[in-house]
Amino acid sequence: MTGRPDEPPAADRSGEPLLRVRGLKKHYPITEGVLRREVGRVRAVDGISFDVYPGETFGIVGESGCGKSTAATTLLRLEEPTDGEVLFDGADVSAASKAELKRFRRRAQMIFQDPTSSFDPRMSVGESVAEPLRIHGMRDRDRRRRIAQDLLERVGLSADDVDRYPHEFSGGQKQRIGLARALVLNPDLIVADEPVSALDVSIQAEILALMRRLQEEFDLAVVFISHNLSVVREVCDRVAVMYLGEIVEVGPTERLFADPQHPYTRALLSSIPTPDPRERGRGIELTGDVPSPSDPPSGCRFHTRCPEIVQPDGYEFEQVHWRRVMDLRAKLDRGEVGRESALDLAAAQSTATAGATDGARATGTPPDEARAAIRRAFDLPEALTDERAEAVLSEALGLVVDGDSDRAAALLAKEFSTPCERRRPRAAAVDDGWSATCHLLDGSRRSEGVEPLPGRED
Amino acid sequence: MGDEPLLSVRDLRTYFRTDAGTIRAVDGVSFDVRRGETVCVVGESGSGKTVASESITRLIPMPPGEIVGGEVVFDGVDLLSLSDRELREYRGGRIGHVFQNPQGALHPMHTVGRQIVEAIRLHRDAGKREARERAIDLLDRVGIPDAAARFDDYPHEFSGGMKQRVVIAVALACDPDLLIADEPTTALDVTIQAQILRLLCDLQEEFGMSVLLITHDLGVVAEIADRVVVMYAGKVMERGTVYEVLENPSHPYTLALLDCLPGRGGAMRPLGGALPDPRDPPSGCRFHPRCPHAVDECGAGDQPAMGTAGSPGHEVSCVYYHDGYDESAIRERRAADSNEGVGRADGGDGR
Repeated sequence: MTGRPDEPPAADRSGEPLLRVRGLKKHYPITEGVLRREVGRVRAVDGISFDVYPGETFGIVGESGCGKSTAATTLLRLEEPTDGEVLFDGADVSAASKAELKRFRRRAQMIFQDPTSSFDPRMSVGESVAEPLRIHGMRDRDRRRRIAQDLLERVGLSADDVDRYPHEFSGGQKQRIGLARALVLNPDLIVADEPVSALDVSIQAEILALMRRLQEEFDLAVVFISHNLSVVREVCDRVAVMYLGEIVEVGPTERLFADPQHPYTRALLSSIPTPDPRERGRGIELTGDVPSPSDPPSGCRFHTRCPEIVQPDGYEFEQVHWRRVMDLRAKLDRGEVGRESALDLAAAQSTATAGATDGARATGTPPDEARAAIRRAFDLPEALTDERAEAVLSEALGLVVDGDSDRAAALLAKEFSTPCERRRPRAAAVDDGWSATCHLLDGSRRSEGVEPLPGRED
Repeated sequence: MGDEPLLSVRDLRTYFRTDAGTIRAVDGVSFDVRRGETVCVVGESGSGKTVASESITRLIPMPPGEIVGGEVVFDGVDLLSLSDRELREYRGGRIGHVFQNPQGALHPMHTVGRQIVEAIRLHRDAGKREARERAIDLLDRVGIPDAAARFDDYPHEFSGGMKQRVVIAVALACDPDLLIADEPTTALDVTIQAQILRLLCDLQEEFGMSVLLITHDLGVVAEIADRVVVMYAGKVMERGTVYEVLENPSHPYTLALLDCLPGRGGAMRPLGGALPDPRDPPSGCRFHPRCPHAVDECGAGDQPAMGTAGSPGHEVSCVYYHDGYDESAIRERRAADSNEGVGRADGGDGR
């Protein structure tokens, strides 16, 4: 399960971490009016903590909008964090003075996704690569040039390339130049934000191999940010999975990929298409889109999409039906399901089945059909297996069809409530250096073969 | 399923005339799409896969583009011989298109409903009311929740995945026989990508249409394709069923492409070298300058004729599949490489 033939030498995690991030937050205010009154906040990064040890590659993975790029810029203090602490080699970066910050930035470099826009087109490659040296006080022009030449060779280009300009290079070559520039100050940490996402797969493989080689050569710690799980698996020693501004699971890459503990990690991993046609259709399907980070769901932020959402006390659902009942509840709460839409649905469905043109709405849809239409729209069975749950559901659907959606929503919320929406889960240790933040693991539920782990008391 | 393929592309050549020379983007490409099947054209950027798909309904800008040779036979009609006016019946009608970027494919100032209705009424004699009903039905079938209510929403009110569903609804507006989808999931997150691929499979069954999907992602190919065409530098390198190509990859380029995939327990092997200059492609096999198996004959003449690997439909454009060569050399060498557990030195990506 652990180890692979050419795994980079395991980073020494016994000593002090190089980078220690604690409760890092970055909120962007949403303002309104001339007074720019704050009416809300986009919680892009909402309290993340992790350590990065010297020489290791730490991955941050997640879908777009999960806050992984903001995490990168905030931890380098390219953006001011809203809250939290970043300790680099023991010193607090978040409280650093201007001079201290300059010293920190010499030791911590960043590379970006788009290699084209990260270079000044009017500067030769040599000047670009050596620019950080000049900024940090190296006056000797010839020496800067020699260092640039040396680095270009070490990233697989030629020393003669110093006098050429960025447009003369392909995307993969530009990313090599970007690496050379990041390495010129001999840093201890590189933050790489989607460094290979804009590249073709054959070029991507070259850059990944190069990064791995350079990391050993320069003994670098790397924070590697990507949406691409396969790339992360290729290069990272440990990985953190982010969802809506929070880390839901963090652990050693190979073990986490082999046995993911958080339902989101499971769904994410299962949706990676593999080049094996016999594996098709095996993915766990997530319903719905990622909610907005300006109004994240209560409790566990993943509960609105989680296929493994914890069932309410006293009822026995089939898990898929329980998920769908929760989807219905969510729509009712947002006022998206009502008498009108139910009647529309019934009409549309009867048109589809009977082929009638005018729909049944004009002639009046019986309430039974409207109820059945809602069930069909949410893929719910005609009757739930648990009789008491079924009684609650049909009462609620009856209220919807009678035009009282608010009471229906209240009824469902009262009867079918889950710890996932009520309480925030805590990080539960799975193993040494591996934890996941889910109610299934923190002892809130003791069924379905999930071993309760010795987590903290709730 | 009839014997005649729905779409038959024969020796297609699409060139672009530029000041710097003629770019041979597609240079003698042939493939078929049968009724009801999904064919994936896979390749890296610069392989000509997009130009090949856009040549079918002449979506490429002309000039500088020019289709200099070949045939595109769709349901018995050579589309290349049609006038622009005649072609319009096919483009967006019997042949629907889905593009990579759903944002760019929708007009930002028109409601999504209006855009679907427009597509329906352009090709069909439908009344406003009828078109509206069909549009709502389509939105519902591509999985837009509460379709009737969202008919009057603007594109920006939809998420990326939902926008791509709308684009698919527009493409399906006229019950196409063939849907051409160019990287339809590349701009989407992986969980949303899985939803869209599943949708395409479901719709294909429901509408009984054929799908031609263009992608760079072998994972997507494995998920959805019946048959696969592997392109490199304007030429077809290998074609066959998805099982033949992915389980028994036979062209050295296909093997190299699979070896580039990351995240397989350290088995990643970078390919080395760079795509040839499309203005001055190498003679012989286009892949021979980067091919670890290349022999003298590979650099002579034109792209090697198709040979078969194992089964009759599994064709490979490589001299190793001709008489006098032993194709097992290709796979043996690969097995030896991966046993050693070391990759080739990662040279520069060339120039």
